[in-house]
Amino acid sequence: MSLLLFVFDSILLLTLLGLATAAVLSPEPRNAVMLFIAFGLWLSLVWARLGAPDVALAEAAIGAGIGGALMLAAARRSARRDNRRDNRRDNRRDNRRDVSCQDAQ
Amino acid sequence: MNRDLSLLIGILVSLLALLLIWIFYTTLAADPGPRLAPLALEQLPNSGVSHPVTAVLLNYRAYDTLLELAVLLAAILGIWSLGPAPSGFQPAGPALTVLANWIVPLAIITGGYLLWVGGHAPGGAFQAGALLGSAGVILRLAGHERAGLPNEAAQRWLVVAGVGLFLLVGLLLAVFGAGFLTYPKASAKWLILLIETAATIAIGSTLAAAYVGGRPPLAQSTSAASKDLGA
Repeated sequence: MSLLLFVFDSILLLTLLGLATAAVLSPEPRNAVMLFIAFGLWLSLVWARLGAPDVALAEAAIGAGIGGALMLAAARRSARRDNRRDNRRDNRRDNRRDVSCQDAQ
Repeated sequence: MNRDLSLLIGILVSLLALLLIWIFYTTLAADPGPRLAPLALEQLPNSGVSHPVTAVLLNYRAYDTLLELAVLLAAILGIWSLGPAPSGFQPAGPALTVLANWIVPLAIITGGYLLWVGGHAPGGAFQAGALLGSAGVILRLAGHERAGLPNEAAQRWLVVAGVGLFLLVGLLLAVFGAGFLTYPKASAKWLILLIETAATIAIGSTLAAAYVGGRPPLAQSTSAASKDLGA
């Protein structure tokens, strides 16, 4: 029984560390947030295993749930802003090209 | 430049992590003798609740919880000062509408249960408030522009309700009772329940308003105006 628990705890910890590393190293904010939500849910399992159901509840509800929703919204907004900036830069470049074309003519 | 900055941040964060590990290690290794848990359990009958975590959060260390609520209030003030909220999502399709119609009332009932059960089992104001907040998030995703919250003036009252009532109880106790947030034993349970109820409502509306992500949209905003605000 204790061997089983040891294996369970090891899987729990290794997956937690893996999720944390993946979330930190992920270059795409959206993917990083999704990994962070998975990390928060997994962490709440770890808290429950440590016998702290209060912290587990708070982690699942606030850390993973509301925090994840807020960060997803922030990632979406920042991506939209980047897109807009890229579009503007492209437009400017196109305009310049137009001007140079007219010069050539 | 950007790369150097991220490298610097990485080094600083690693140093902070090392410092935290070192503190954790030395406190565990040095073992400072008796911890506070036996004392907290011993005083539990006088605290007005029978769950030790709630007793610590709302009685022994009520000051900490008051400051946590103040942090949430400061956060929502910061979000509101960023500017008007982006326009909401388009009205949900039939599947999401039915799902929201089921989940939102269930989340509100579960929130009320968690609030009540916090007195004698795991639960409490923050978990209950998070459930109310997630009900607001689902409403916003389903196309309600204000995430189910009332107009701006009422939202301000809701958001300050937690800190306000907490401070009011504390000050009344400081003037007429034993001291700031020192509950008399007879009424401790009801004072804690009162504070927790106000805190739950404040946390729920703060989190939902944070998800809206800006100053509350006006009730009678035309579609053109809201498109203008969203840009």
